[in-house]
Amino acid sequence: MHKAIRILSALYAITVYGFIFLPVVVLVLFSLQATSFPIPPFTGPSLRWYDAVLSDTRLTSALVNSLLVAVLSSLAAVTLGFLSAWGFARFTLPGSALLRGLITLPLTVSYLIIGMGLLVLFNWAGISKSLVSAGIGHVVINLPLCFAIIYSQMGDHQINIERAARDLGAPEWKVLLLITVPVMAPAIFAGFFLSMTFSWDEFVISFLLTRFDTTLPVEIWNLLRSGLNPKTNAIGSLVFAVSIVLVVLFELMLLRRKPA
Amino acid sequence: MSANGNAGRTLPWALVTPALGWTLLFFVLPFLAMGFSSLTAHEGGGFTLSNYSQFFANPAYWRAMVNSLQVTAIVTLISVLLAYPFAWILAEQVPERWQRLALMLAVLPFWTSYVVRSYSWLLVLAQNGVINRALTGSDLFAEPVQLANTRLATITGFVHFFVMLLTLTIFANLKQLSPSYRKAAADLGAGPVRTFLHVVLPLTLPGIMVGAFLTFVLCIGDYITPQILGGNNELLMPQLVMMQIGRRGDFPLASALSIILMAVVTVAYLACARWLKIERA
Repeated sequence: MHKAIRILSALYAITVYGFIFLPVVVLVLFSLQATSFPIPPFTGPSLRWYDAVLSDTRLTSALVNSLLVAVLSSLAAVTLGFLSAWGFARFTLPGSALLRGLITLPLTVSYLIIGMGLLVLFNWAGISKSLVSAGIGHVVINLPLCFAIIYSQMGDHQINIERAARDLGAPEWKVLLLITVPVMAPAIFAGFFLSMTFSWDEFVISFLLTRFDTTLPVEIWNLLRSGLNPKTNAIGSLVFAVSIVLVVLFELMLLRRKPA
Repeated sequence: MSANGNAGRTLPWALVTPALGWTLLFFVLPFLAMGFSSLTAHEGGGFTLSNYSQFFANPAYWRAMVNSLQVTAIVTLISVLLAYPFAWILAEQVPERWQRLALMLAVLPFWTSYVVRSYSWLLVLAQNGVINRALTGSDLFAEPVQLANTRLATITGFVHFFVMLLTLTIFANLKQLSPSYRKAAADLGAGPVRTFLHVVLPLTLPGIMVGAFLTFVLCIGDYITPQILGGNNELLMPQLVMMQIGRRGDFPLASALSIILMAVVTVAYLACARWLKIERA
């Protein structure tokens, strides 16, 4: 009986793992395709499509744009998130629960609707589409996330260190910069890297709010119009690699907290 | 405290105002703008309810909402049914020291680009894709089967994404469950099946509902997967919204459709509120 359950479990798990990895394996495998179509049979390894991607200026500039938007919008989101988390954790404010709810509200709304709202607003205000408008949208979606992560990690043990610093004569800005930021660094980095992965991969807001200069997901989208293409596989595999690096950094930052 | 009594009042506001301001300016205000826009006419301005009445009068728009609800319900159901046993196996059958690795592997493709992930299903499902090559190659099928550009393809792409998400949430839920419940049930003479049905399943139900709600919200609002995998054979709500903007530049109608979509999500939230609240407490 137990043995049967174990065998069935193993078969089930292998099937689900297979389902989860099937498209990714196909993607990476056919990015190494030597011929022009990313379809079976596999015609032997070649790096020509990676070469083609890296010499395509539209794609490389979109990649730079994506990184730029991801870094800057995540910096903004994590700064705003940290300051407000500190404010809410250390001081009692009237209507605090309601205001915290307001900051986390965008988490419950789909990106399409957030993008639509900004599009309508910017259209009325006469603000033209650009990477900056998309970046503003990315802060909207990532601020609640950064706030929630940092706020949840604000423990009581930091209060005493902060109080000690104040007693020793440190002004508030020094307490913030020299005590709270270093103590909270793991949560701050975790929020930052998680924001990076979301912004780096965000499509619909960038699609709605940029026009000429645009981000990588939008550029990949444009590439898809030409049908199945090994270049798309190569750029997809590269994006996957970058995301994995960000996720590993995020994991390391969060894990560093645990043993303490 | 009296020394910085003044700072004590202004400092907290100085800390929270930037974040609140950003949310008001770039989230609440756009939403109000959208609500206002949805009440104006596309040509010539002026207040009208026609954008909303169009939705109820036009069967094509209705159809998009029905399609969206059907696809979302099917995806949510299949994802939960697939993910629960998988999460259970990871939590119960995999040895403790391999669990972290097993879980990380189970959600690794989560981090591929979302656009690329849908596209890579196209490589699998296309006429000359991996599955059709395998089917025709094995002499079971003479002709390739139409898999891409169907509802089945959309559902496959969605389920792929949400199985990973649900595995993560259900796994966390199963791990939080104290083993003493199971021991108590066993001591009282319940077999593994009864223990699961009467103890483990009811106790993890709130977690499943939270995961299912998340799946519902993300699935019904998504544009990429149905657009890439479903083609334009049948429209879902987000595709309809994007069509109003892209092809017709009709912001008022797109706004009205977005607000209707959001209303549906709110209704779903209220329907699950009982479980969602338990989880928060």
